[in-house]
Amino acid sequence: MKITEQEVRYVADLANLKLSDEEVGRMVREMEEILNYVDKLNELDTSGVEPMAQVLFETDEQAGWREDVEHVPLGTEAGLANAPLSGAGYFKVPRVIER
Amino acid sequence: MSSSVEAGVPPEILAQYEPVIGLEVHVQLATRTKIFCACPTSFGAQPNSNVCPVCLGLPGALPVLNRQAVEMAIRAALALNCEVRQRSIFARKNYFYPDLPKGYQISQYDQPLAEHGSIEISLDGGKKRIGITRVHLEDDAGKSMHEGFKDSDRYSYVDLNRSGTPLIEIVSEPDMRSSDEAYAYLTDLKQVMQYIEVSSCDMEKGHLRCDANVSVRRRGADRFGTKAEVKNLNSFRFLKLALDHEIQRQIAILESGGQVMQETRLFNVATGETVGMRSKEHAHDYRYFPEPDLLPLRTSDAWRNRIREETPELPARKRERFASEYGIREYDAQVLTLTRAAAEYFEKAAAASGDPRTTANWVTGDLMGLLRAAGKDISESPVRAEDLGGLVRMIARGEVTGKLAKEILAKMFTSGESARAVMAREGLEQISDAGALEKIVEEVIANNPKQVAQYKAGKAAVLGFLVGQVMKASRGQANPSMVNEVLRAKLG
Repeated sequence: MKITEQEVRYVADLANLKLSDEEVGRMVREMEEILNYVDKLNELDTSGVEPMAQVLFETDEQAGWREDVEHVPLGTEAGLANAPLSGAGYFKVPRVIER
Repeated sequence: MSSSVEAGVPPEILAQYEPVIGLEVHVQLATRTKIFCACPTSFGAQPNSNVCPVCLGLPGALPVLNRQAVEMAIRAALALNCEVRQRSIFARKNYFYPDLPKGYQISQYDQPLAEHGSIEISLDGGKKRIGITRVHLEDDAGKSMHEGFKDSDRYSYVDLNRSGTPLIEIVSEPDMRSSDEAYAYLTDLKQVMQYIEVSSCDMEKGHLRCDANVSVRRRGADRFGTKAEVKNLNSFRFLKLALDHEIQRQIAILESGGQVMQETRLFNVATGETVGMRSKEHAHDYRYFPEPDLLPLRTSDAWRNRIREETPELPARKRERFASEYGIREYDAQVLTLTRAAAEYFEKAAAASGDPRTTANWVTGDLMGLLRAAGKDISESPVRAEDLGGLVRMIARGEVTGKLAKEILAKMFTSGESARAVMAREGLEQISDAGALEKIVEEVIANNPKQVAQYKAGKAAVLGFLVGQVMKASRGQANPSMVNEVLRAKLG
């Protein structure tokens, strides 16, 4: 499977990654290798097989659901404990200009 | 395209075009807890206090679906006449924003909860069916604040209390042809959601949020024009303002020989205009894929049927029933079905009074007037429905006059007592005692010799005047039908 430099830059941009020209070159090679490896799966005939995203299939209708009952949340102090930057009870991030 | 172009497109030009509008409405479900974790959804909590590893998006935390959120979403879908799928799939919608800690929203994509619905909206002079494309479940993001802090020039502030709040997104077909139709659609949609109690739809708290897809085409054209998506239409007034502005903007572009760009635009509340968001062209590549942490959402026939059976009577149906069953005017039926609380109040009062039409007048007139003045909702009415019904029954039986009833109702509103209790306390009980009435009648006859003579000379209409005098002398407390009788007898 062929990967273009343009595709690498596009995916990097979606992932908020800044790559140097050198890294782009490396990514083209590495992504191509990975995709070629995964491409082996295409040797199997999977027509008529439903795609599977989850491993649990035959369960009760609502298995693993929960009732609408509150737990005690973490609270602000614990909630912000891992934040690199916080203030006034909020997470602080570099100013967001546009979405 | 600058905004000066569309200033004042002449009406005759506007009339040559037909707007085509579809709405995407997000409704916050009224669950106690979030959709994938058990954090409370309460409004106004200290920032970042209602949080846990799941809604903070901490590594390794796994979502667990809230049964009640699914049930409410199904109820909403059924009320919108949708087909609820037996099996739907959660999907990840990937994008970066600081108030989305997971880096993706858990939504539904190619296999949503429900599809193919419709809602009938009421318009001036008619009804119209608006198609519902789909209803799906998703989680809400947190809230970002870009203003109001001393270092807001450098930092944005993020509150994740809202992160993980359950939403349904209701997508309509592009079936609306004016901002008025869009307004009516949102009004009726909100009313249905409130009736079935899946959301309080409090717009100020963001429980109901609306985006619009807008395009215009020349009247008679088969194909839709290029659409723009207008975001941030979070009040009914803004919805209409923004749509009218956007419709004019697009017509102005086409009239000047230009082309409408497919883009996302934001409504600016301050200027009343929509403004293009300078997004990167691939900002909409969300790379949806099935959410591996959640099983397919399966709904049995039995469950769907039970929810369907439990769904209360919807407003449109109730309006029709009120008009046909109680014989009340369509306008009154509409006012009385605005909320479930009003409808229930009316039905209780009507049952107690035995006279639904008069009851309807008293509820929509005097009672609602008093409630408005006191800033109260009908669910908080100090006058109980049974007591209002009791008052109306007394009017119907001629035990109190309408005028006196107004005074009594005002006192009932203040004290919360029944009509009889107020009348007993205020000495307002009706004078039905023949002796007492005769005495008043005799006085009136003595004081009005001229009118008495006229009556005796054959001018029957004067009787009304004399009845009025008796009522006045009795401060409205005389039994009107008895007054008539006694007067006739005395005047021979």
